[in-house]
Amino acid sequence: MIELENVAYSYGGGELLADMSLKLSPGTFHFLTGPSGAGKTTFMRLCYGALLPTSGHVRLFDRDVRQMDRDAVARARRRIGVVHQDCQFLDHLSVAENIALPLTVSGQDASAQDANLKELMAWVGLTHRADALPPELSGGERQRAALARAVIMSPDVVLADEPTGNVDWEMSQRLLRLLVELNRMGKTIMIATHDLALIRAAKQHVQARVLRIANRRLQLAGADL
Amino acid sequence: MKSVLIMARAVLARDAAADRVVPPAGFTVRLTLLAAAAMAFLAVFALALSLAAGRIASRWGDELARSSTIRISAPAEEADAQTAAAIRVLETTPGILSARALSDAEQQALLEPWFGPDIPIADLPVPRLIEVVETEDGYDGVGLRLRLSAEVPGAVLDDHSRWRRPLVTSAARLRLLGWVSILLIAAATAAMVTLAAHAALAANAKVITVLRLVGATDNYIAGAFVRRFTLRALTGAAVGAVLAVVAVLLLPGDSDGVLTGVGFQGLGWVWPVLVPLLIAMVAFGATQAAARRVLEGLS
Repeated sequence: MIELENVAYSYGGGELLADMSLKLSPGTFHFLTGPSGAGKTTFMRLCYGALLPTSGHVRLFDRDVRQMDRDAVARARRRIGVVHQDCQFLDHLSVAENIALPLTVSGQDASAQDANLKELMAWVGLTHRADALPPELSGGERQRAALARAVIMSPDVVLADEPTGNVDWEMSQRLLRLLVELNRMGKTIMIATHDLALIRAAKQHVQARVLRIANRRLQLAGADL
Repeated sequence: MKSVLIMARAVLARDAAADRVVPPAGFTVRLTLLAAAAMAFLAVFALALSLAAGRIASRWGDELARSSTIRISAPAEEADAQTAAAIRVLETTPGILSARALSDAEQQALLEPWFGPDIPIADLPVPRLIEVVETEDGYDGVGLRLRLSAEVPGAVLDDHSRWRRPLVTSAARLRLLGWVSILLIAAATAAMVTLAAHAALAANAKVITVLRLVGATDNYIAGAFVRRFTLRALTGAAVGAVLAVVAVLLLPGDSDGVLTGVGFQGLGWVWPVLVPLLIAMVAFGATQAAARRVLEGLS
C-alpha cells in the first residue's frame, strides 16, 4: 500500500529525516510518536505524496511517487484518507459539503454522495451540524468532521496527524474508538501523536505497532508502549 | 474551431458542486467584469471603425480607379465643339469603356454644396466635364494626353490618381490601425485576466491545499477557476459589446461620409456578436495558463 525505502528528507540545508523504511500492510494499525519537531508531520506528508523524499523511494500502491505526475498522486490520494490536527476545511462550505468534498472532486454524482454522507455523518455524530459552517464547530466536532471526510471515499489507508491534539480526553477516546472501528473494517491506520496515554489506551483495543522518530530515524518503540 | 469546442465543453459542462469549491471571490469578480466590458466596448468600436475604413478604401479604390474626368476649359462659343471633339477622341481610344459629357443639371449638382441650389450655371465660366470610364485593361494615359493636346487644346485629363492614392492609402492604414487596436485590446484583456486570475489563485492558496489533500487533480482545480473567469469575462464582454453597438447605432448614419459611415453593414454584424466569444476565449486561455503556473508553483 504505502512503502518507504531508505527515505531521507532535507529542508533548508539540514537533514530532517534519514534512512527511514516502513511498509504499511493492509489492515495494520500503527502509531507514530516522537517529540514535537521530530518530523512526524513531515513523515506523514511523505506517506501521502505531499512531499518528495530527498533520497530513497516512497511507493503509493506499488508506484514510486517520483514516477507519478501530480494528477496521479492526487488520484492515489483518494485511496488515502488524511486527518490533520488543524483539519483544513473550506470555510465557505457547510460541514456536509466539506465532508463530501472528496466525492465532489472525484466526480461522483449527488445521489451517491447523499447516501454515503448521511450514513457517515450519523457515524461521527454530526447529523445535526450538517448545515453549519466549519468555524461554528467545536474542536471535537471539527476532528470528527475531518475523520468523516477522510473516510468518505472508503480509503484503504487512513493517516491521522495529531487527531486528538485539540480535544479533551473524552473526545480523544471517542475519536480513537472510531479509528479502531475503521481498522476492524480492514482499513490500515497510522496515527501520529505525542500523546502516550492515547497509545496505551488504544493498545487495549487493537494490536498496534508503535514507531518512534528519534535522532532523525524511525525506530520501533520499546515495550513500555 | 477545435479550441472553441474544447472551451465550450469546459465552460458549459457546469457542475454546481464543483463551482462552489472556489469561494465567492471579491474584487477579482468586479475587475474581470469591468475589464471585459471595457475591452469589448473598445473592440467593437475599433471594429466598426476598421470596417468603415475598409469600405471607404475599397469604394474609393474600385469606383475611382477606373474613372477619369476630362475638363474642357474653352471660350463659351467653342465649348460644345471641343467637348464633341474630345468625345470623338475618346471613342477611338483603346481602353475607354464609355465617355459622356455631364449635363448642366449634373454640373449644377456638383457645385451645389459650395454655391447653393440657385447657382446660374449658364452665366458662369464653368468648364465642361466629361466622365470617362475605362475598361479593365485601362487606357494609355500618356498617349491620350498627347492626342487631346493636339486635337482639343482646352482639354485637361484628370485620372484622379493624384488625390485618390493618398486617400486610399489613408483609409487602408486606418483599417490596419483598427485591426492592430483589436490585437492590442486582446493582449490587454489577456494581461488583465491573467493578473486577476493570479490574484484569485494566490488568495485561494488554502483552498487549493485542501482540494489537493482530498485528491483533486490540477485539471479539476484549474477547471473551477477557469470556468468562473471565462463566464465572468463572457458576461462582461457581452454587456460591453451591447453598449458599443448602441453607441455605434447612435452615430449619424450617412454611410457615404468618411466620418459618419462608422458602423456595421450586412455580414459585418457578425463581428460584434463574435467579440464577447473571442474575449471569453482569451480569458479561457489566460486563466488556463495562469492556473497551470500557480498550481505548478504551489506544488
